[in-house]
Amino acid sequence: METRPAQPYWNPYVAGVGLGLVLLASFVVMGRGLGASGAFASTITAGLNTVAPSHVAGNPAFAEYLKEGTSPLKDWLVFEVLGVFVGGYLSGMLAHRVTRTVEKGPNISTKRRLVFAFIGGVLMGVGAKFGRGCTSGQALTGGALLNAGSWAFMIMVFAGAYALAYFMRRQWT
Amino acid sequence: MMAPFFKFGLFGDNIGLVVAFGIGIGFGFFLERAGFGNARKLAAQFYFTDLRVFKVMFTAIVTAMLGVYYLSVLGVMDLSLVYLTPTFLAPQMVGGLILGMGFVVGGYCPGTACVGVATGRIDALVLFLGIFVGIFAFSELFPLVSSFYNATPMGQLTLPQVTRLPYGLIVFAVVLMALGGFAGAEWIEKRMAARTVES
Repeated sequence: METRPAQPYWNPYVAGVGLGLVLLASFVVMGRGLGASGAFASTITAGLNTVAPSHVAGNPAFAEYLKEGTSPLKDWLVFEVLGVFVGGYLSGMLAHRVTRTVEKGPNISTKRRLVFAFIGGVLMGVGAKFGRGCTSGQALTGGALLNAGSWAFMIMVFAGAYALAYFMRRQWT
Repeated sequence: MMAPFFKFGLFGDNIGLVVAFGIGIGFGFFLERAGFGNARKLAAQFYFTDLRVFKVMFTAIVTAMLGVYYLSVLGVMDLSLVYLTPTFLAPQMVGGLILGMGFVVGGYCPGTACVGVATGRIDALVLFLGIFVGIFAFSELFPLVSSFYNATPMGQLTLPQVTRLPYGLIVFAVVLMALGGFAGAEWIEKRMAARTVES
């Protein structure tokens, strides 16, 4: 396991420029931005399609992720998210930050933290569906393209998080 | 005029998937460098102790926005060929609110959860599984929510179109707003740090 101390994170403005250049590269090379939540939906559709194809075909929320003649996994966002795992691991490994741990504040038990993480994940999934994207596909990508719906979405993300922050303070502070 | 390369047929779908993987590596790398594989760093945004979520996000938005703007002004890139998600205002605002709540409850968003999983965070893995449950539940219940999901359709809509102001002016306004926000964020962080030392 890791023995050397973890390096500090980068200056946020430097990391932000890096992230912005990756996003710009995606616009220039592909004509589309980044994303994440769509890959989750493709994965679910692919899994469900192997056990209940008629159920998938009958529900537009799944069917929109089907691909003609090939697996729903042969999708741009699925490959991009696989890259995110690799890139995240590479960066973490090079900076000695890969550790098996639970991130939480000092005033909450691990079990409770994990329950909250799960509930947060469910909310993320539902929110990303209604929002037609998440922080990557809407806030970041749509933000840079001056997409009106994305800016409305982004403002509401901050509003929702700050609205609940007080009630969640024991988890983080 | 030659960008976006894919739209001008410089390569096909399969090469596109290789590009996707490469771009994803860059995306994940910088997310991790920013500290976004760590839920405490992300959640600190909502307690004003470390505003890096805002700083990184808006630096990235400004960088990509300026890049796209200048490339299209120079005639190198056709901005109309870049995919713009159509706006459905009401469901998107509600979705943003729910996702924001999930952010402070869970500590990650979908992309950063992947980075958390990749760097060993068990809380990120649990949240990652929760996202699947949330998307599955939404999709199963889709007949019940589809009318709201498709409410207030406004088509592909940009801020310059909404405000009837020139694209360049909105770009300039976003840059000014971001710079003001960064100055404010630095000031807030200093004050919060001073308060922690006092108490």
